[in-house]
Amino acid sequence: MGQLKVTMPSDREIAMTRVFDAPRTLVFDAHTKPEVVKRWLLGPPGWTMPVCEIDLRVGGKYRWVWRSDNDGSTMGIGGVYREIVAPERIVTTERFDEAWYPGEGLNTLVLVEKGGRTTLTQTMRYESKEARDAVLKSGMEKGVEASYDRLAELLASMPAAR
Amino acid sequence: MQASLDATFAALADPTRRAILTRLASGEASVAELARPFAMSQPAISKHLKVLERAGLIRRGRDAQRRPRRIEPKRLAEATEWLERYRRLWEGNYQRLDALLEELKTKERKWDS
Repeated sequence: MGQLKVTMPSDREIAMTRVFDAPRTLVFDAHTKPEVVKRWLLGPPGWTMPVCEIDLRVGGKYRWVWRSDNDGSTMGIGGVYREIVAPERIVTTERFDEAWYPGEGLNTLVLVEKGGRTTLTQTMRYESKEARDAVLKSGMEKGVEASYDRLAELLASMPAAR
Repeated sequence: MQASLDATFAALADPTRRAILTRLASGEASVAELARPFAMSQPAISKHLKVLERAGLIRRGRDAQRRPRRIEPKRLAEATEWLERYRRLWEGNYQRLDALLEELKTKERKWDS
């Protein structure tokens, strides 16, 4: 469904927009129910999400850990729910266990439903431009390198690939 | 000239410079032509052009009189490659989510009936 658009609205932000062919209650569930989140929020092929803890209330914490099947390495992230307006808006803080960008990130998820379809906008704001750029670079460097060939194969079969 | 990606992103961070690039994407233009749509003096536009030039995003055309600027598409493609890879990574996640949402919709319909 729809093409994912990635933009940089300011020098500290990355924004992603995409349309899903589903009502926003389901898209909201897919971001807030651990048993559902674990099934799609995985990153490159070969990674699973063995830990997905979500305490869905303002001030509640979340903790997610991914694991690579290839070498057993893990990557953890956690943060706090700052705002929750079901099923339309969630604001969370984010910090990786191994800080590979300085400071904390602030993620804002906005879901807008129209005609049974949901437009998702995820805006990630970082404390500095350096942190934002480190996150962008990570798309290239982190996790991808190990299984890059498999990723390229998979992507080649997708309509979105160039 | 091999400008750093940081310089390229810094150059792209400004809305006037992005507008100039958009204009140049449809063909080369002189400084006067580029200044026209903006409420800005030619020297101010020239300043922006210098930043774009240093970042390797534009270069000067051959006509010595008009000194038209043209876009350097390779540089822009390099700069957007980061975004593209990041996009692909997330697109992988979202395609999984598409499939999952279909499954959830089917379940919901079953519960409804």
